[in-house]
Amino acid sequence: MMNYFESDDLKKFPAIGKFRGELARKFFEYYGKVMDEDGALTRREKALIALAVAHAQKCPYCIDAYTEACLSNGADPEQMSEAVHVAATMMAGITLVHNVQMLNKLDKLGV
Amino acid sequence: MRLMANESAYDFETRLRQHQLELQPQTVETLQINMGRLCNQTCLHCHVSAGPDRAGEQMSRDTVDSCLAILARYPEIVKLDITGGAPELNEHFRHVVESAAGLGRHVMVRHNLTVTLDPHPVTGESMDWLPAFFAENKLEVVSSLPYWSSYFTDRQRGSGTFDRSIESIRLLNERGYGIEHSGLVLDLVYNPAGAFLPLGQEQLKKDFERELMQNYGLSFNRLYTITNMPINRFREMLERRDAFEEYMEKLVGAFNPCAAGGVMCRNLVSVGWDGRLYDCDFNQMKGLRIDIGGPVHVGNFDLKKVLDRRIVFGEHCFGCTAGAGSSCTGEIS
Repeated sequence: MMNYFESDDLKKFPAIGKFRGELARKFFEYYGKVMDEDGALTRREKALIALAVAHAQKCPYCIDAYTEACLSNGADPEQMSEAVHVAATMMAGITLVHNVQMLNKLDKLGV
Repeated sequence: MRLMANESAYDFETRLRQHQLELQPQTVETLQINMGRLCNQTCLHCHVSAGPDRAGEQMSRDTVDSCLAILARYPEIVKLDITGGAPELNEHFRHVVESAAGLGRHVMVRHNLTVTLDPHPVTGESMDWLPAFFAENKLEVVSSLPYWSSYFTDRQRGSGTFDRSIESIRLLNERGYGIEHSGLVLDLVYNPAGAFLPLGQEQLKKDFERELMQNYGLSFNRLYTITNMPINRFREMLERRDAFEEYMEKLVGAFNPCAAGGVMCRNLVSVGWDGRLYDCDFNQMKGLRIDIGGPVHVGNFDLKKVLDRRIVFGEHCFGCTAGAGSSCTGEIS
């Protein structure tokens, strides 16, 4: 049965360069430069950030890819789980901080 | 038909040809002997499928003496690398170590750490004499420790293994192993706790050094990272999870021609517990015997023929050439 997200489709990521390939090349070059090298952050730290973002953005491809990338870069499941909790608290905080907007509006409406 | 397609996809020799690589033997610097498949541990990834129930497969005194005769005859074989199972459980372990050291060879033992603390699985004998014996004979000790905390270690090597490994490293440190300027070398070996490739050796070493020193006050000399080989118990695990093909694709996709040039089979010969010869320990476990025209046993070892041989390759060889490469002494490139 066909699904919208097929895990094998991740391998087709380079196909995004089928049209306007020079733009895709620039993206992959940038991506590789950021993710595949140690810089001010280690590759492990970057992989943990990426795993957290993948969860926040609910990207199954990225969750598969960065679960493995975290392991390959020496992270353990406790660190990975904590990264996901960071994403979860940020998402909750982002939701809740918008409550200020509601309170402002309530105030304006005299409620 | 599907299997044939896979065999073609994982054809190591075709990949070598694509890169114009010819991997011929260079030297026999190391004689690696597998003293048997008896082990106190039953690790998930073990390519030997070793365990406490394999007491019947132990190197005999005659075979040990044939190995020593090779060392005596060929001074160019400068290292003896003793592996298993847990090689210390073989009754001739002390004899082979003392004799090889007496011949002036550098002797390495693949030591799983907890064998010092567990009773011998067959005789019940205490093995607590090992650290002192290693130090007296100046063995290089090469020990598996899959991670600097318990989760990965215990998952791969059995519940409680991490704590007992830490205790065993402490005993080795107390003898001088892993301590600067002591002359006693303790190497640790990391291998991934699942179907993924290892991190670079240098980066992981820094983590191991920091964590083991901060948390336990322990030190070591080198860290070797080794890729899990898709054979025996690890392959069975992959197949149970329907992940064998995915893992092979990962290894094939990470083929590194620079690492290929440094594969260990070019510089060592592996001896099975029964005295048969192989290009490496992995070929030994797959039953792929050395190819020098006819059956070859340690008793009729001929260095010239061994150097003239054609190395036998298989799909598992992609494990040695993936990423930074993998050998019994860790990364290749």
